[in-house]
Amino acid sequence: MSKLLVSPSPHIHSKDSTKSLMLDVVIALIPAVICSVVFYGWQELLVLGVSVASCVLLEWAITKYMLKAPSTIGDLSAVITGILLALNVPYTTPWWVIFIGAVVAIGVAKMTFGGIGQNIWNPALVGRVFLLVSFPTYMTTWNAPKGLFGADAVSGPTPLGAIQEGLMKGSTVQELTSAYDYKDLLFANLGGSAGEVCALALLAGFVYLCIRKVIKPWITLSIFATVAVTSLIFWGIHPARFTDPLFNLLTGGLILGACFMATDYVTSPMSVKGGIVFGIGIGFLTMMIRYFGSYPEGVSFAILIMNSVVPLLNMWFKQKKFGRK
Amino acid sequence: MSKHTFSIGGVHPHDNKISRECALEPLPIAPVVYIGVSQHIGAPSVPCVAVGDKVKVGQVIAEPGGFVGAFIHSSVSGTVKSIAPRADLAGRATTHIEIAVEGDEWLEGIDTSDTLITAIPDDAKAIVEKIRLGGVVGLGGATFPTHVKLSPPPGSKCERVIINGCECEPYLTSDFRTLLEKGEQVVVGAALLQKAMGGVPCTIAIEENKPEAIAHIREVIAKLGYKDMDVMVMKMMYPQGGEKQLIDAVMHRQVGSGALPISVGAVVQNVATALAVYEAVQKNKPVIDNSVTVTGECFPRQANLIVRVGTPLQDIIDYLGGIPADAVKIISGGPMMGRAVANLQAATVKGTGALLFLTEKQTRRAPETNCIRCGKCADACPMGLEPFLLNKLSKAADWEACEANAAQDCIECGCCLYSCPAQIPLLDNIRVGKGFVLSAIRARAAAAKAAAEAAKK
Amino acid sequence: MNVLIWTIAVVTVLGLVLALVLYLVAQRFKVEEDPRIDEVEKAMPGANCGGCGFAGCRAFAEAAVKAPNLDNNYCPVGGNDTMAKVAAILGYEVQAKAPMVAVIRCNGTCEARPKVNEYGGYASCYVKSLLYIGDTACSFGCLGCGDCVNACQFGALSMDPVTGLPVVDQEKCTACGACVKACPKRIIELRPKGPRGMRMFVSCVNKDKGPVAKKACANACIGCGICAKTCTHEAITVEGNVAYIDPAKCKLCRECEAMCPTGAIHGVNFPKPLDKDAVKERIKLRQQKAKEAAAAAEKPVILSESKESVKKEDKKDE
Repeated sequence: MSKLLVSPSPHIHSKDSTKSLMLDVVIALIPAVICSVVFYGWQELLVLGVSVASCVLLEWAITKYMLKAPSTIGDLSAVITGILLALNVPYTTPWWVIFIGAVVAIGVAKMTFGGIGQNIWNPALVGRVFLLVSFPTYMTTWNAPKGLFGADAVSGPTPLGAIQEGLMKGSTVQELTSAYDYKDLLFANLGGSAGEVCALALLAGFVYLCIRKVIKPWITLSIFATVAVTSLIFWGIHPARFTDPLFNLLTGGLILGACFMATDYVTSPMSVKGGIVFGIGIGFLTMMIRYFGSYPEGVSFAILIMNSVVPLLNMWFKQKKFGRK
Repeated sequence: MSKHTFSIGGVHPHDNKISRECALEPLPIAPVVYIGVSQHIGAPSVPCVAVGDKVKVGQVIAEPGGFVGAFIHSSVSGTVKSIAPRADLAGRATTHIEIAVEGDEWLEGIDTSDTLITAIPDDAKAIVEKIRLGGVVGLGGATFPTHVKLSPPPGSKCERVIINGCECEPYLTSDFRTLLEKGEQVVVGAALLQKAMGGVPCTIAIEENKPEAIAHIREVIAKLGYKDMDVMVMKMMYPQGGEKQLIDAVMHRQVGSGALPISVGAVVQNVATALAVYEAVQKNKPVIDNSVTVTGECFPRQANLIVRVGTPLQDIIDYLGGIPADAVKIISGGPMMGRAVANLQAATVKGTGALLFLTEKQTRRAPETNCIRCGKCADACPMGLEPFLLNKLSKAADWEACEANAAQDCIECGCCLYSCPAQIPLLDNIRVGKGFVLSAIRARAAAAKAAAEAAKK
Repeated sequence: MNVLIWTIAVVTVLGLVLALVLYLVAQRFKVEEDPRIDEVEKAMPGANCGGCGFAGCRAFAEAAVKAPNLDNNYCPVGGNDTMAKVAAILGYEVQAKAPMVAVIRCNGTCEARPKVNEYGGYASCYVKSLLYIGDTACSFGCLGCGDCVNACQFGALSMDPVTGLPVVDQEKCTACGACVKACPKRIIELRPKGPRGMRMFVSCVNKDKGPVAKKACANACIGCGICAKTCTHEAITVEGNVAYIDPAKCKLCRECEAMCPTGAIHGVNFPKPLDKDAVKERIKLRQQKAKEAAAAAEKPVILSESKESVKKEDKKDE
C-alpha cells in the first residue's frame, strides 16, 4: 500500500453492472433462441448470426469512427438488440434485409440519441417496424416451421394474419380458430417470426429475469391482464367477429413483446405504478390494432407508441416519498 | 417469529460480520492522546484546562459551547501538552487537546468496579442532567448530544424509546459484542432512558443476523424484570439503523421532512449510547472510551477493541500488526456511510465505531457509464427519492428543482450509488444539491425570523 | 388545369386570411416594450454568461434601460467597447474600466506539491472539497478536478496535464467571473490585465504557518514578509501568513519577485526575463543608502530638516 484511497461513501458496490444485467437478459433469451433454431433449422441460426454480428459491428463502428468515444459494445446491449431483431423477423428474411434492420435499430434508433440509455424507442422494435413497412413481402411471408430435421413446409400466413384475411372473406372467428390447437401455440408449431413460436421458452426466460430481479413482473403482467380483459369483453359481446382471450395471448409475438421488449429498462417507466399504466396502454393498443387496424399484429406498434409517453409517465407516477403526502 | 422492517427501499449488502467472534478487549493506552473539541454535532466545546495542567481520567477538559453541545472529559491521566489545531481524519485542522499519558489515575467518584447497579433513580431530570455531565452523545455515528434528544421541545410527547441494535452496516460488530458481553448494562441503560422519558415503553430492535444477542437480551430483560421492555427482531435490511427507517419499522410512523423523531413520539438511541447512559448515570463514568471494530477480509488480526477517546488511528493499527499490503482504503465506520481516512495520525472521537480495511477490488469504483434508466436507485432509496433525477438537477445546479424533488430528505445512506449498475456517482452529486437546498432553507427561515421580529417592533 | 387553378386560388386565399388573423392576434396581444432593450441586447456579446450579475444579456439590457445610470451595470465580457455602445444608445455616460483577467493563485504543481493520498470519488472539486482537504498536504490549494474549466463558457481555461493546475488563456478570458464562483477553494481572482498584459501576483493562498506550508508545497507563500519589506510602493500586505499584491498600487518593479524565497510571486508578460541577481543587488544598494541616510538623519537635532531630506530622497527615487 503506497497511498490511501479516499472517496465519498459508500465504499462498496453491489455486483450489478450494466453488463451483468444485460448478460442476464441474454441468458433469458437462450431458451427462445434454442427453440427457434430447433423449429426453424439452420437458416434461423444464420438470421441470428447476421443480426447480432451486424448490430455489434455497427455499434462498434459508430462509437469508434463517428462519436470517437470509448466503445460500448462491452455492455452487451447491442447483442440483445441483435437477438431481439432476429427473433422478430421470419427465418426466411435475406441477410441484407436484416442488415438494414440493424442499421435502423442501432444507427438510427439507438446511437443517434446518444447510445445506451438515451434512446426513446426500443431499437429492435424500431428496426423491425422499419422492415415491416419497407419490405412487406419478406416480412409477411411466414413459412411454417420446417424444423431442424423436418421436410420443407408450405408457406402460409401467421394465425393472426390468417384470421384477419378470413374475416375479410366472411368466415367467422370460430371457424378460423378451430384450425389451431392451442397446445401447438404454446409449444411452437406454427408459422410466425422466430420469437413468436415458443411461448413456453419465452415465459421461462421471463421467470428467470424476475427471479434474478433484473426486471419487475408488473409491466408484463399488466399487458397480459389488459389483453385478456379487453379481448374477453369484445369476444363476449361478439364471438363471431372477435378472437378469444387465450388465442390473443398466445399469438402474434405478444409474449415476446411483453416479456422482453416492453420491459427494456431504457424505454419503460421507472416506477411500479408507471409500469402498470404503461402495460395497460400497450395491452389496450395491441387489442385495438388487432381488432380494428389494418395490420394483423399490433404489439410492436403498441409498444413504440407507449415508449413515446414514458417521460410523461415518469413525471406523473412517482414513488411516494418518505414522510410526505 | 415475525420480522419487521421499514416500508420503502433498502438494499441487501452481504453483512460480512467476520469479526463477530472477537470478544471486546481493551486497547493499551497510547503514550499521547489528542482529544478534539468538536466530536459532536453542534457548537465545538471550549477547552477549560491550560497547557501544563495535570488531568485525571474522567476530568472535564472542555465545556459545551452552546445548548447543543457536550462536555468532553480526559480519557487518560497525564499532562496537557498543547491546545492547538490538528488535522482530523479528513485532514481539516480542528482544535485538539494533547495529553501526554502518565499512569492511569481516575477521578474520585467514578465507580470502576464491575458491579451491576440495577436500581433506577426516581428523578427523570436528574438522569438527564447526569447524562449531560457525562458528555454522552449518540454513539451510533451521528454524535448528536443525547441530553438534547432527551429534552423534547414543549408540546411534544415521547411515546416510545427505541434502542437501536440493528447494526445494519456490513462488517461492524461492536454493537453486537456489546449486546452479548454488556447486555445487562445496556438493558439498565435502556431502563434509565425509559425513566428519563417518563416511563414510556421501550423496544430494543435487533436484526435477525444476531440471534445470540436477541436471545441474550431477552434473557436479561426477563432476569432484571423491567416493565414495558421488549426485543423486536428486525429483518436484515440496510439502512434499518437509520433513525427515520427504524421508527417506521418499529412504530409504523413516518417522520416528516425536516422534522425530529419526537414529532411522532419516538426517541431512538444506539446500543452503545445506552451503555454510555448506564455508565454515566449509575457509575459516574463519562464517555472516555468506546468500542471500535477493526476488520476487513484483508486484515488478519480482526478485533473489537475498547479504545480511549483521542487515540491516534496509527496506534490502533500498529497494535494489531499494521496495515496489510493489499489494503488501499481505510474507513472510519462502516462501508456504506463511513468516512475514508485521509490522515492516519487523526485521533479517534466518541463516534468512532470501526476501522475497516478494504482492498482495491472491493472498493475501487468502476468507471461511470450511461444511465440505463433501470430505476434501481429509485427502488433502493429508503426515502422514496429519485436519485437519478436529483443527480441530474444537482449537476445542473438547479437548486430550486432539487428542493422540489426533496434533495434535503436524503439521508446519505448510499443505497443509490451502491445499487447503480452504471456506477454513476449519484450520492456524490446529491450531497452537493442537498447542501445547497439545506442552506437555502436555513436562509429562508432566518429571513422569516428576522421579518417576524421586525414586524413585532 | 381547372384543379390546379383552384388549388392555387384556395391556398392563396387561405394564406392571406390566416396572415390577417395572425396579424390581428399579434396586434391584440402586443406587449409594449421599450425598443431600446432590443437595441442594447443587440450590442451585447450574447454569451448569456451571467458575468454582469444578471441572468443573461436580455436581463442586463432590461436592467440597463431601467437604471438611472450605468454605474452598477457593466458587461465584463464586452468590456469598454460594448459599454460605450450601450451608453450611446441610452444616452448615458460610462466610466471606462481597466480590463480584467482571471488569475490562478496556486502554483502547487505535481512536482512541488506531492500527492499524499489518492482521490477516488466523482471528479468534481466541489464534491472533493466537501469530503476532505484534498489529495495533497495543502488544504488551500487547487484540487485539480477542473470545476473552473467546466464553468468557463469561453474555453479560456484548460488543465495542464503536467502541473495538474488550470491555465488561463488570457486572449479568451473575458473576466466574467464564472470560474471564481465555481472554485470551492477560492484560488481564482480577477485582476487588472495591466499595461500590455504585464502584471504581478502572489500565486498562493496558503494561510498555514511558513514551515507547514513549505512542507506541503515547495512553491507556497510562507508569509515571511520579505516582499512587503522590499516593496517601495506599499503594494504588498501579509495577512494570515500569505502575501497579497494590491494591483492598484503595484508599479511592476518586480523587486518582490526577485526577493521571494519560494518563487510564489509571479510576474507575467514582461518583455525581458527577470535578472534576479541584478535586482537583488539594486535592492541591497538602496537599502544600504537608506540605512546611511537614516543614520545621518538621526544626528541633526532639528526635525524639520530631516523631514525635508526624506522628501528630497523621495523625489530622487521617482
